[in-house]
Amino acid sequence: MSSKHGNHHDHDHDHDHDHAHGHDHPHSPPAPDDDDGYDRYEVLLQTAIRELLDEKGIITAAELHAQIDKQDSLTPAIGGKIVAKAWLDPVFKKQLLSAPLKTINQHFELDITTPLELVVLENTPQVHNVVVCTLCSCYPRMLLGIPPAWYKSIDYRSRVVVEPRKVLAEFGTDIPADVEVRVSDSTADLRFLVLPNRPDGTQGMTEAQLADLVTRDSMIGTSLARQP
Amino acid sequence: MTAFTPRPGQALPVGAPVRVRQQPPEPHCRTPFYLRGIKGEITDVMGCYRDPSLLAFHKPGLPMRVLYRVRFKQADVWPNYSGSPKDTVVADIYDHWIEPLAGEKA
Repeated sequence: MSSKHGNHHDHDHDHDHDHAHGHDHPHSPPAPDDDDGYDRYEVLLQTAIRELLDEKGIITAAELHAQIDKQDSLTPAIGGKIVAKAWLDPVFKKQLLSAPLKTINQHFELDITTPLELVVLENTPQVHNVVVCTLCSCYPRMLLGIPPAWYKSIDYRSRVVVEPRKVLAEFGTDIPADVEVRVSDSTADLRFLVLPNRPDGTQGMTEAQLADLVTRDSMIGTSLARQP
Repeated sequence: MTAFTPRPGQALPVGAPVRVRQQPPEPHCRTPFYLRGIKGEITDVMGCYRDPSLLAFHKPGLPMRVLYRVRFKQADVWPNYSGSPKDTVVADIYDHWIEPLAGEKA
């Protein structure tokens, strides 16, 4: 595996596992929870279970695909709207930080239901937040959709907690030494959304214009929001 | 949302210094190995949750566990930490994995 976090394995590891993809690195024997370790056995097992559930009417193929469609409809654009509103509306921001999901559902007429708790981590001039799940790949899918492949890679998960500043620098993000880098390890029932700092030079911009500056990575904390 | 409010006196307060227990991991343990034995400070009490190490085996997950956010200094976690001394890591840890440190500062 490459020592860098990015670029390799850009396809979605949730669905396509039979190694028909055309990348050119050699496949070493997978580590026990290597994210590239899916093999013929897992693919067959997954197919067998899916077909059994369908045959028995427990989860039909139609229901399964409706769920995949629903998952695919979630994109970081939703998170961007939330962040932009929080930049503009201090009352909304306060509510967002104290009761995230309730506030999001109310203001954006969404119906996000999940047994998980959402926590919004606010960046400040003193603290830069970055999120990882060292144990698996927990991610705020209800807001940002499918996680990027690098977020699930062993590389990112093992390194960002040990040498966060080096990993951030590889994303092009340099955090001054007098700012605390705070890594949140998403180990339990909580999911995290980083509320990035509003970039300078954005006075007078509309909510939609601001939302455009909010990238997926800025809500994971590996990047800052884009400069206009 | 599955969080329940802890009973009065059940939870340690925000700011309490704690240490992550050195104990054998149960199957589906949610406490990362790198934090075992490390001193930290509770920053949030997130409520009571069913125990994931039991839920993973289709048990009811009782008794419920208080879930904390615990902040550690990176310099305490990694002896050779090369970033800023201000840097921290925060993990979500269930009550059976931490012990309070009476009289010690985090």
